Order: sequence, then structure tokens, then C-alpha cells
Amino acid sequence: MTTITQSAATADTPRWMSTVTDKLAPQALARAGQALLLPAIGIALFLLFWQLVAPQVNTSLGAFPAPSDVWEQAGQLWREHSNERERAERFVTMQEQRNARILQDNPDAEVRIRPYPGAPTFFSQIGTSLITVLSGFALATAIAVPLGIVVGLNRHFAAAVNPLIQVFKPVSPLAWLPLVTMVVSATYVSDDPMFEKAFLTSMITVTLCSLWPTLINTSVGVAAVNPDLLNVSKVLRLSFWTHTRKVVLPSSVPMIFTGLRVSLGIAWMVLIAAEMLAQNPGLGKFVWDEFQNGSSQSLSRIMVAVIAIGFIGFLLDRIMLLIQKKVAWNQ
Amino acid sequence: MIKPHLELTGVDMAFDTPNGPFLALDKVNLKIRKGEFVSLIGHSGCGKSTVLNIVAGLLQASRGGCVLDGHEVNTPGPERAVVFQNHALMPWLTVYENVELAVRQVFRKSMGRKEKRDWILHNLTLVNMQHALDKRPGEISGGMAQRVGIARALAMKPSVLLMDEPFGALDALTRAHLQDSLMTIQQELNSTVIMITHDVDEAVLLSDRIVMMTNGPAATVGEELTIDLPRPRNRVALADDPTYVHYRQAVLSFLYEKQTFPGKGDPVTSIAEPAPSEAAPAAPAIVVESTPLEPQQRAIA
Ligand SMILES: Nc1ncnc2c1ncn2[C@@H]1O[C@H](COP(=O)(O)OP(=O)(O)OP(=O)(O)O)[C@@H](O)[C@H]1O
Ligand SMILES: [Mg+2]
Repeated sequence: MTTITQSAATADTPRWMSTVTDKLAPQALARAGQALLLPAIGIALFLLFWQLVAPQVNTSLGAFPAPSDVWEQAGQLWREHSNERERAERFVTMQEQRNARILQDNPDAEVRIRPYPGAPTFFSQIGTSLITVLSGFALATAIAVPLGIVVGLNRHFAAAVNPLIQVFKPVSPLAWLPLVTMVVSATYVSDDPMFEKAFLTSMITVTLCSLWPTLINTSVGVAAVNPDLLNVSKVLRLSFWTHTRKVVLPSSVPMIFTGLRVSLGIAWMVLIAAEMLAQNPGLGKFVWDEFQNGSSQSLSRIMVAVIAIGFIGFLLDRIMLLIQKKVAWNQ
Repeated sequence: MIKPHLELTGVDMAFDTPNGPFLALDKVNLKIRKGEFVSLIGHSGCGKSTVLNIVAGLLQASRGGCVLDGHEVNTPGPERAVVFQNHALMPWLTVYENVELAVRQVFRKSMGRKEKRDWILHNLTLVNMQHALDKRPGEISGGMAQRVGIARALAMKPSVLLMDEPFGALDALTRAHLQDSLMTIQQELNSTVIMITHDVDEAVLLSDRIVMMTNGPAATVGEELTIDLPRPRNRVALADDPTYVHYRQAVLSFLYEKQTFPGKGDPVTSIAEPAPSEAAPAAPAIVVESTPLEPQQRAIA
């Protein structure tokens, strides 16, 4: 009798509770602890080492920043950002009030709405960098995937393009940049430019450097479609388009995504260098300006940027991985 | 005599290899009636797949040709559906979608939406796979995937069903089960079937005629054996039926006495031959460059 009531009670236990108890089971707990513990130990040891060694490294701007200095500067940067945002909000409300007053006096008056003229903060620079890298990456994808499909489908075309790919792939962004800058200044002439030239220069440099992995992986994926599946397509007499859409493309999606993830990583790395030289208002420019500034906090602030760059790069890769899991059939 | 349904006449097949042309088939002649079940049997590398691929239109004979219902076969087409050795289902499509891809293509105009759906379900039910419509090939067993491959081929309403070792990769039980279903389906639909097999029992059990091929190179049809056993056939009852045993003996004696397996040092050795047709096409040279990317990516992930 007792066993029956007991089993009934377990059957009644709601699902969430059983998963919670599953998670609290000693084994699961130990596993989770281990999964977190080892990385935590790694990070702690690294920070300790850094804290100890940093003061020994003397530069003309003082000792190399220790983790504590970097932490302090991160807070400082955040405060600067909050202050700046407050000021910007005040500026906007004041402008609106003034414009309202002018319109009240004279409804026909032309009011001017000016953007807040303050300098970009560290966090708004992160935003700019993200926009630039994603634009460059999107352009690279838009070029590399279709081109890769054509290269993969046509052996003659592949033979013709292969040397070009091999030669341009290893070119450093720093080599492209002067050329891109000159071409952009010469060709993008407009009185009311939609984009900043520096933005275009950085974006195009990112595109030029990051399209290769996607291009190569797409073409390899397309060329490596299982020959049996190609035969199925032939037996069904699929048209070129249906064949590409229904067989070639889905079959290469895993390879394309591997390429895209490498491309995005490269894009992010290239971007920082491009922004430094093109003076696009992003993280690269922040680093460069701090370097030129040469105050006693500069190194700490650059270190904050370094860590932010690393984290964002990591996050971008994770996001790509999530999309890949959604899209690719082999995940 | 009535005109045969499918006829191969004087088919030669020479493959271009780095060491010059390689003559795989030499003057293959074959006539097949409508509704006949023909098995092709022969030692590995003798050219069975090549014959099948020529009938499918996936390969072009160097000389001679294949005529189906009075029309010469030049290109692949759904009226000669192929069941591939390893199912060849699109791994990104579900069971239902795999059959749907074929049905939508073949009956684009001639069937309504509902009709197509019913037809897909009908064929999947025929092979007893209606319970896994939304599973992907990776989630079902090899035998189940092979059944879906057969359903896909049947759904094209082919005049000839071509099967290249359809049960080769399966365990004995699944294999027996699928053989029985195939016999039932073939009797119901009265379809013409050419099946490649290595299995003598399978050949005798299923076929109306067994075509035995000589060893390559320059392989051709060695002997033909008409299997005159009443249908429906029962594998257990046949096991010690003297006629059955006799047929079995005849095939075995052809394979192991008249056509012994190509020996060592013999130029025929199939292992040493150039890449078979199943091999992946040479990828462009850039392939090599990208390989290091993947492991690296995996490591990061
Ligand atoms: N594309 C090709 N290029 C060169 N040689 C080929 C090609 N395809 C097949 N061959 C050769 O033709 C011969 C017959 O091959 P085939 O694949 O038809 O043999 P098979 O009888 O199907 O063998 P198995 O039973 O092992 O599948 C083999 O010697 C093979 O090496
Ligand atoms: Mg074969």
C-alpha cells in the first residue's frame, strides 16, 4: 500500500521540480562544479600572475597596468559614458524646448535640429565598431557565398579564379588600407554623404580581408556534395536552380557556416587595425587616441579595450554558433 | 517475337584513365521483358554498376546503346528510378520531404496538392515507413532509410526500377524483411526491376532471371539462368526445394568454378583499378587550404 502512494506522489511531482532535483543531484552538481571550477581556477591564476608581474614592467607611461587598475578604468569609462549620455539628453531636451518656443512665436520659422556635438565615449565606440564589422561582414558574405557556389559548381571557373584567391587571401589589412582609402576618397564624392568615408574605408577593408574563408569553404562544400545525391538530382532531372537551391546549397550549409565563423573572427581582428589607421570612430580609434594621448591612465584604458575586444569577438563567435545550430542540419 | 521492353545491344564501356582507356564492358547484350525481375550477379569490379548506370543514363556507353520502349536512353530520368546502395537520401530533409522532392518534380503538373500528399503517404506506407514521416535520415536506422529510398524510387512511377545492391549494407533479418516487401510490391505493381546483388540466395529468391557476368576487364554477360519458381515465393519453404537448390548450385558453380575470383598478380585485380564511379569528383585545388580551418574551429567551439 505504501509503495503505491509513494509512486503516485512521484508521478504527481511537476516536471520542473524533477528537473531541479535532477540538477541538484550530487553527481550533476559535481559535474557542473567541475565545469565551472577549472576555468575559474585558470582565470584566477592568470589574474594573480598579472597582478604580480605588471608592476615589474616599466614603461615611459609608468608601470604596466595591473588588473585592479584596469578594473578602475573600466568603471571610469562607464561613468564618462553615463555623464555624456546625461549631457546629451539635456542637450536634446533643451533644443526641443527652444524649438518649441521659436515655433510658438512664429509657426513658419525653420527650426534646426542638431545632433549632440560631444565626443564619442568608449561604449558608443563599441557600437560603431559593431556596426562597421557587421556591415563589412555582411558585404563579404553577400560576395563570397554566391561566388563560392559558382566556383564550386564549375571546375573551369575554379581553375581560373584559384590563383587569384591564393594570392589575395594572405594580404594584410594594413596593405589594403591605403589603396582603399584613396579609392574611396576619389570615387565616393557626394555633398550629402550617407556614410562617413572613414566608415566606408574600414568596412571595405574588413570585407576584402574576411571574404576568403567563406569563399573557399563555400566552394569546397559545393564541390564536395555527395555524388549519390548529385545522381539523385540527375535522375529527377532537377533544373539548375532547383538543383542549386534544394541539393547544393543545403548540402554545403555546414561548410559555409564554418567559413562564416572564421570570416567573422578575421573581420573583427581586421576591423581594429583598420579603424586605427582610417580613424573611423570605433574601438581601434579609441586605442589609437589613448596611445597618442599618453596619460598615466592610457595603458589601463587600452587594456580595458583589449579585454572588451576579446569578449566581443568571443560573443560574435557564440552568436554565429547559435545561428549555425538553428540552420545547419548536421548540428 | 514481341519487342523487348528494355534492350541493351553491343554495349562497350571504356573509361579514360591516366594509363589510357580501360575497357570495362565488352559487347553486353541484354533483353528484358516488361514486369520481369532481373538480377545481375558477378564478382566485385566486373562492371555491374556500370551496366546499371548506363541503363540509368548516368553513364554513356562508348559503343552500342540502351533502348527503353523504343526510345534510346541518353540522359537520366525518373522513368528509370534508381535505388542507391546507401539510400542517398538528402540528410537535411525529413523522410516525407525526401519523397516529396521526387513527387513534386515528377508530377509537378499532373497531380494536385492533395493528390501528391496522398501519393507520398501511399508509397511510404507501402514500405511501412508511415510512422517516421518527420524523422531525418540521421535519426532512422539503415534499413529504414533504405526503405525510404525504395519508396522514393517507387513514387516516381518508373517503368524500370534500378537497384544497386539495395540491401548490401543491411543485417540478415532486415534484409530478409525487405526482400519480402520488395517481392510483394513488385508483384502488385508488376514493375520491371534490375537488381545488382552479391547474394546468391537473394538472386534466386527474387528473380525471374539471373544474369551472370564474367570477370572484367572487358566483362560481358556470361550465362543467363531463368528461375522458374512459382510466386508468391516463401523463403522457408524454398530452402530445401530441389529446384531452388539446383538454381542456387548453378549460380554458385558459375561464380566459383567458371569465374573464379580474380587472383593475385592478375591484371584484373579490381582493387588496383582506378577510382570507381562512386568516388567523389576531384575537388578544386583550393580544397587543401581550407582543411586546417575546420579542426581549428572545432577547437574553439
Ligand atoms: N569512372 C571510372 N573511371 C575508371 N574506371 C572505372 C570507373 N568506374 C568504374 N571503373 C572500373 O570499371 C570496372 C567496373 O566497375 P563497376 O563499378 O561497374 O564494378 P561492380 O561490378 O559494380 O563492382 P562492385 O560489385 O564492387 O560494386 C572496375 O574495374 C572499375 O575500376
Ligand atoms: Mg558496384
